[in-house]
Amino acid sequence: MITFTPRDKVSNYWTLIGPILSIILTVIFGLLIFTFLGFDPAETLYQIFISPFSRIDRVSDIFVKACPLIIVGIGLMFCFKANVWNIGAEGQFIMGTLLAGAFALLFPNVETKLLIICMLFIGFIGGALWAFIPAILKTRLNVNEILVSLMLVYVAMLFIDFIVRGPLRDPMSFGFPLSKPYPEGALINKISFPGIGYLGQLHYGILFIIFLIPLTWIFINKTLGGFKINVLGSAPKAARFAGFSKDKITMTVLLLSGGLAGVAGVIEVSANIGQLQPEVSFGYGFTAIIVAFLGRLSPVGILFAGVIIATVKLGADNAQMTMGIPKVVTGLFEGILLFFLLTGETLQKYKIKWSWNK
Amino acid sequence: MSNTKELDILLEANKINKKFGNFTANKDIDISILKGEIHALLGENGAGKSTLVKILYGILKPESGTIKINNEEITISSPNVARKNGIGMVFQHFSLFPALTVAENILIALDQKIKFKDLILRIKELSTEWELFIDPLKIVSELSVGEQQRVEIIRCLMQNPKLLIMDEPTSVLTPQEIENLFKILKRLASSGCSILYISHKLEEIIELANKVTILKSGKSIATIDAKNTTTKYLAETMVGKEITTLKKVQSKNLSKGIALEIRNLNKANTSDFGISLTNINVTVNYGEILGIAGIAGNGQTELMEILSGETICDKEDQIFLDGVPIGFEDITKRRKLGIETIPEERTLHATVPNLKINENTFLTYFPKYNQNRSFIGKILNNPENSLVESEQIIKENDVRCPEPNPMASQLSGGNLQKFILGRSLANNPKVAIFSQPTWGVDIGAATTIRQKLLNLSQTGKAVILISQDLEEIFQLSDKIAVLNNGNLSEVLSANDISAANVGLLMGGNSKSQNDQEESK
Repeated sequence: MITFTPRDKVSNYWTLIGPILSIILTVIFGLLIFTFLGFDPAETLYQIFISPFSRIDRVSDIFVKACPLIIVGIGLMFCFKANVWNIGAEGQFIMGTLLAGAFALLFPNVETKLLIICMLFIGFIGGALWAFIPAILKTRLNVNEILVSLMLVYVAMLFIDFIVRGPLRDPMSFGFPLSKPYPEGALINKISFPGIGYLGQLHYGILFIIFLIPLTWIFINKTLGGFKINVLGSAPKAARFAGFSKDKITMTVLLLSGGLAGVAGVIEVSANIGQLQPEVSFGYGFTAIIVAFLGRLSPVGILFAGVIIATVKLGADNAQMTMGIPKVVTGLFEGILLFFLLTGETLQKYKIKWSWNK
Repeated sequence: MSNTKELDILLEANKINKKFGNFTANKDIDISILKGEIHALLGENGAGKSTLVKILYGILKPESGTIKINNEEITISSPNVARKNGIGMVFQHFSLFPALTVAENILIALDQKIKFKDLILRIKELSTEWELFIDPLKIVSELSVGEQQRVEIIRCLMQNPKLLIMDEPTSVLTPQEIENLFKILKRLASSGCSILYISHKLEEIIELANKVTILKSGKSIATIDAKNTTTKYLAETMVGKEITTLKKVQSKNLSKGIALEIRNLNKANTSDFGISLTNINVTVNYGEILGIAGIAGNGQTELMEILSGETICDKEDQIFLDGVPIGFEDITKRRKLGIETIPEERTLHATVPNLKINENTFLTYFPKYNQNRSFIGKILNNPENSLVESEQIIKENDVRCPEPNPMASQLSGGNLQKFILGRSLANNPKVAIFSQPTWGVDIGAATTIRQKLLNLSQTGKAVILISQDLEEIFQLSDKIAVLNNGNLSEVLSANDISAANVGLLMGGNSKSQNDQEESK
């Protein structure tokens, strides 16, 4: 039998050793699996862990990939802290993108970047509106928000598919389900560093994160609003005792997380795609759930977690492209990494005892 | 001689040790229980009583120590093993499935196979034999608490136990039900079944038990003959110091009129297991303590919520403060008006366990910091604002903390309650409403808390005390009402009402006796 007993205090030793041990174990298991499947294990590990850091432009691509994960993850953090389970960030991401994109396409020749500023707001509203559905059902009728938000993801996916095949299809797209390209004013440009030029795909959307993380930290730690969310998540009865309205908090965190997912969508599409297409998200809304928890529901943690997940995702892409390793295998590897990282976290909070007698 | 004595010992436990993390729950505990003996286990909350019986019943495993039954050493690795060795247990919080019938509940716990028809016959046999009247086909959720306890006892009796462990069995019963239970336990003991009886009620122990083992801080400090002792001696041995008595000053000429009035209060229940409050009328004057007795689950929670403002009244003119209707005001507003409530649950309701003391102070103090502050100051209204107040509360109320500004979960029950009371009373309320203020608190702290309630009323505040503890109600109250199934009885002066009367009202006017006749 294995028994877990909570530690009195979070172990400093395991906080340090845990992640290192997790990586080592992941590497060992990775080596075994890749060897067993007939891939060069050293080369594969190099592709996954080292190649994303091998050139400065690749490093900047990590941040490009991490950008939507971090923004959505921060939004979800508000929900999860309040014990509100928004699983539908993917749908909110899509609807925010779609509403902002449709708005941008109304102004085909606008060049001023005011347009993208407007789009960020509209994207926020689009995502928040999509999250408003589970929020109003939860607060008025006590309908489970997990089910509603999750099912609305599929509605959103089919809806954007319909829009880009129908009303917003570019007549010049030769039958492809694509909208017209965004006007210049709706695009987020790459950052041109003086003397260096572009660094990979690094774009101005990153600035949003630089503002978002400290603001979130202040909100959570230094304001009454953050305190309310924390109390509701830890002890709902105590929140009532303090006079905090559960419904208001639930509504706020859902709208906030939906809105941020929408903003993430706008930044992602305006920086990297530049038009609407059936697939705009590639699962960012779902991966961000992992990012939020891996980052232990803290803004700084989510920043790091986003970077880690993005690194492994990019590394896995590299391994697929250069070595022809199937996606399922790299997916398996990502799973192993997450498994060990979360196990390591458990060891920080719990002691484990083994006993063999009945 | 020593040989016969050994034969009389049913269960003997030696040097039992159990730790939870750094906390020693049981240290070298010895206890031996004779055949046919009622053995009481006495101790304050946290003294290790529950841990010890859980070890004997196989729920917890001791780190070291031996247990002998009939002079044969055994390892009780699970409740199954305990039952096979003739040990049965009635838990403090019953372990029955509310949606199933009595017979089904008993069937689930049986280790041997039995036909349903035979089972019902057997239950009827046992229930007449032991006067534990119960209808085997009734659904448990329809039973009163006392009846549920009978089901638990029958369930144990089905196994022909040699030892019956009862964990605080009277805390949920009316005085009449307690009397019945004691009769049954005494009969059981005289038929040869030993009883290990856990309690912290001293009178009960002297009335019922043959022998009493006193636990203190996880150690067994004395085993004495219960027939030749006094409550005072037991209390002082249990606490380890002399008990101070309450000072009640009878100078009640400062009545300044009605403080809080509840008029025709009705509130339908909102959850499936809730109680509807029906037509409640009561007034509390300044300088007066109103005691509301009743068995848990008869609407105390609901009444508390509607008085505190956690739930809003349906009509504004159902609650008045100083003659002004406040039915629509929420808890924050009522706090500002001078009504402070101290809920029954100290953790997760009155405080958040994983938050620090200053954060728990901020929990009810946050509106204060919004006055006279700049715009930025209002935005950044956070728990750091409460650091000074929280330190004051800790100092003025003698809250013992393991470190400066600890988390609420690091405080013991008594110290946490002192903090909660201090937090509320520092606001100098007009009306203070307490629910089970001394539940699970050791005697020393309980006395301090009760004295505080008395002081409050003597300084002209209105106090409402909702409690299951009749002793406490009679000790403190000026007038008493009883809550039963959402109805509040007539309010009577404490001098005009006897404990027996209150007991009858608690049971809904001897409803339990009618039930007995029905099942006959």
